[in-house]
Amino acid sequence: MRRVAITGLGVIAAPGRTACEFWKCLIEGRSAIGALESVDCSGLRFQNGAEVRGYSHQHYFEDRRADFMDRFAQFAVIAAREAVTEAGIEWTPELRENTAIVTGSCVGGQSTEDLGFVEVYKMGHNRVHPLTIPKTMSNAGASHISMEFGITGPSFTISTACSSAAHAIGQAFWMVRSGMVDLALTGGSEAPFSFGILKAWEAMRVVSPDTCRPFSRDRHGMILGEGAGILVIEPLEAAQARGARIHAELVGFGMSADACHITQPSAEGAARAMRGALRDAAIGPEEIGYINAHGTATAANDPTETAAIRSVFGAHANKLAVSSTKSMHGHALGAAAALEAVAAILAVREGMLPPTANFRMADPECDLDVIPNRARPAQVEYALSNSFAFGGLNAVLAFKKV
Amino acid sequence: MSDELIERVRQVIATSKRIPVERVTIDSTFEELGIDSMDGVEILFGLENEFDINIPDEEAKTSRNVRQMVAGVERLLAAKSASTPATQ
Repeated sequence: MRRVAITGLGVIAAPGRTACEFWKCLIEGRSAIGALESVDCSGLRFQNGAEVRGYSHQHYFEDRRADFMDRFAQFAVIAAREAVTEAGIEWTPELRENTAIVTGSCVGGQSTEDLGFVEVYKMGHNRVHPLTIPKTMSNAGASHISMEFGITGPSFTISTACSSAAHAIGQAFWMVRSGMVDLALTGGSEAPFSFGILKAWEAMRVVSPDTCRPFSRDRHGMILGEGAGILVIEPLEAAQARGARIHAELVGFGMSADACHITQPSAEGAARAMRGALRDAAIGPEEIGYINAHGTATAANDPTETAAIRSVFGAHANKLAVSSTKSMHGHALGAAAALEAVAAILAVREGMLPPTANFRMADPECDLDVIPNRARPAQVEYALSNSFAFGGLNAVLAFKKV
Repeated sequence: MSDELIERVRQVIATSKRIPVERVTIDSTFEELGIDSMDGVEILFGLENEFDINIPDEEAKTSRNVRQMVAGVERLLAAKSASTPATQ
């Protein structure tokens, strides 16, 4: 089996419109959560989100091309462009055929769909826009990335709620590792801000009225976010041979199902996914120095994740640094794991661990070292990124410093 | 706490949880009825529709049994009628 290197990173999210801006915001411990601008929240119990403020497609796409793309697909292409440029990929017809695209998305272009439904149900119009279907489909991100670069290899989208991008990156990782493809663009994108979707989140009563405070005793729930993160991955040997900059090595992927409850998380299921990632990477728990937690700041997730980490790591859990960067970029659903993978990769590359922002009070049920509020310099050999979805579908990625 | 109010709340819980209404008494706890957090959220949705009220998240978190739920609805109904100007 081949070793797999990460040679390109691309991000657009509330904290920044490039991986570099995103990282700078994270290590400054600045939360990009604020009052939502793109949706009128006056009829909602919450007003805040982590939004790409002032976004206009015109910086990135010609109007006619943008007509065909929901915001979530635009984000996917923007992040992919950055990752590919940064990786210095030189396309050949052979490489295009041997490149995979695996993206994650939870809700796809639901805000486009929402608009169409307003037309027929509320406005009483007799027709919706003919591009509603191709803009709404969850695979639109992958499709537009393939057209952007002329990539003709295996391309698909995975939808596993909040784990979507982790499952996507894991699949792409295994495809490169096994020799099925020689390059992959993988990650996730999401743009969930439309009134209908926000109403549905409101009804679940898991969204915080102010901000996201993971692992803090006074946490009040999650804050939704949007954006995209895309990685370029390739065999380590090939990356070294072409002299590419290697950000980190992707070494393990584990997944599991809770088989328990459609929304309540299970510590056992989460623990099995973490153990799976360690086994896949052939490393011991004591080798992990940092975990980018799922850390949604809901009442249920944070204590359950703490219990899962304690069960996997035993005494080593007291030496582990764990943070939830959702406190800064929000919960970007199907893009969350991609943003968090970028955070974990840059943490091992830079020797700097991003904090859990907005942290105020220790919670005995979340008694881990959660790197409260301030980034911490630390050389870490291995890091995990946890994702635990509604529906009990868990995915964990492992990264190694190069 | 009127009998009619208690009856309507019991009915909402029974309908939402799909259990016989006889099982739901004013003294039942959520634990006894097997109501987990997602069931609870569905019951709140049912109560909001039944009584045309908005139940704030903070209010919702304090209810752990049927009696507290009825008391909460009663409080919200009183607040609603106080804020609605009486017609002459």
